Amino acid sequence: MFLQQLLNGLTAGAVYALIALGYTMIYGILGLINFAQGEIYMCGAFVAVLLLGTGQVNFYVAFAGGMAAAALLGVVLERVAFRPLRGAHPLVPLISAIGASIFLQSLALLLFGPLDRSFPIQFSFSTITIAGLPVSSLQGAILGAALGLMALLVIFVRYTRYGKAIVACALDRDTARLMGINVDRMVSLTFFIGSALSGAAGIMMAIYYNATYPRMGLLPGLKAFSAAVLGGVGSIPGAICGGLLLGVAESLGAAYISSGYKDAFAFAILILVLLIRPKGILGGRGD
Amino acid sequence: MLTLKSLQAGYGRLTVLKGISLHVRPGEVVTLIGGNGAGKSTALRAISGLLPPFKGTVEFNGTDLTRLPPERIVSLGLALVPEGRRVFASLSVAANLELGAFHRRDQRQARRDLAAIQERFPLLRERAAQPAGTLSGGEQQILAICRALMARPRLLMLDEPSMGLAPLMVNQVYQILQELKDEGTTLLLIEQNARAALKLADRGYVLETGRIILDGAAAELREDPEVQRAYLGKGYREVWE
Repeated sequence: MFLQQLLNGLTAGAVYALIALGYTMIYGILGLINFAQGEIYMCGAFVAVLLLGTGQVNFYVAFAGGMAAAALLGVVLERVAFRPLRGAHPLVPLISAIGASIFLQSLALLLFGPLDRSFPIQFSFSTITIAGLPVSSLQGAILGAALGLMALLVIFVRYTRYGKAIVACALDRDTARLMGINVDRMVSLTFFIGSALSGAAGIMMAIYYNATYPRMGLLPGLKAFSAAVLGGVGSIPGAICGGLLLGVAESLGAAYISSGYKDAFAFAILILVLLIRPKGILGGRGD
Repeated sequence: MLTLKSLQAGYGRLTVLKGISLHVRPGEVVTLIGGNGAGKSTALRAISGLLPPFKGTVEFNGTDLTRLPPERIVSLGLALVPEGRRVFASLSVAANLELGAFHRRDQRQARRDLAAIQERFPLLRERAAQPAGTLSGGEQQILAICRALMARPRLLMLDEPSMGLAPLMVNQVYQILQELKDEGTTLLLIEQNARAALKLADRGYVLETGRIILDGAAAELREDPEVQRAYLGKGYREVWE
């Protein structure tokens, strides 16, 4: 039972971590919380579901298409909702983000209607037994794919020219410009990557819960925000640890305390972190 | 090579630089000295594009830089070692050096340059994987200079390279600048430490409250009684007794 709950928590947590990475990367480079991250997650899921619904493409193409659409939405969002507000009081882009979130939710409601859509293809997932523990291969696949994407991101940021340039912009914008780094382009790239990860998370959850709907991004978005704060917003390893920890805490809390409070655990953690250690466990920008 | 014509710059409505004109010829080491708040850093920020000038022009090898952003200016061959070093503290020493060459198209050559710099400054090779923030102030200054050199600049500008360093480190940094001069690198050096700057430079300008009040060969400036009194600390006693 404990191990089973741990695995459930890790699966959900890996998805929170993917979204939290978007929050944390964007905060790192622009110092703003993009509250429309949950809608980017929803966009990824919808595009993948609609693509699959046409029956013309296979699963992998639909997955890549959903990620690409989410990434593009992120880049466009930055251009229209955040870039014109640069230099304004920090509350202004925050309000703009909330506005964008409401706009995108309403737009999806208008375009796709309020009903849940099931995932167009059925996977024949088996349950395998590892060390006497029944593990659904769906959970295994989600966990594996999410951790794989995170590993790719860490490699990108640590070892590639553009990854280091993004960190440089987050640390010291003026000096980055003196190195010949075009900050605007790095901001776009950050939105692109962060949003692609959120899109992937949306698709994974659309499969896991077999439901895609306009408001699906709301709760995971807020939980991932809590995860980013828990890990220390601005820190990439922090977002990963925060997401996994939050998922596990939620799952164990639901199992051992009460499943009725499942959603409350994430926000209780958020409040506790803000009270006790506002910098988060691995706090710091650009780490 | 570099020509400033009645350049005015400042912050908001405050004009710090009230119209300065100066030039740097290829192969020359030119210094701009002056006290706190004279506008030295403002001048370098305006040349490098970080601070768009109010009026006047900056021309570099026939290109008008006045309205260009810093990322374009560095690709034209004008690199700045900023005040206070400004290394990327949580990135490794090697990553700092690599970022210096970010805009270059010849990344393969840039990797060879990196190896050459590590050869020349073994410290930067030994500490390559270490976060730059863990280096001492003097080591960070050397890293900041090398990072700017990774851009292969035709003109290197330095903003107070001796600031906040122990005297021994100041000597070491100036030793490096002397070597760069001997290799024919063109330098524009801004300093409060007039003694060190005038020893290294060929020519100098003296900046006071946003205006150039004096210019000439560095050797002449060193002998100028006004410069001696105000910036070199000679005759201090006579004035006060």
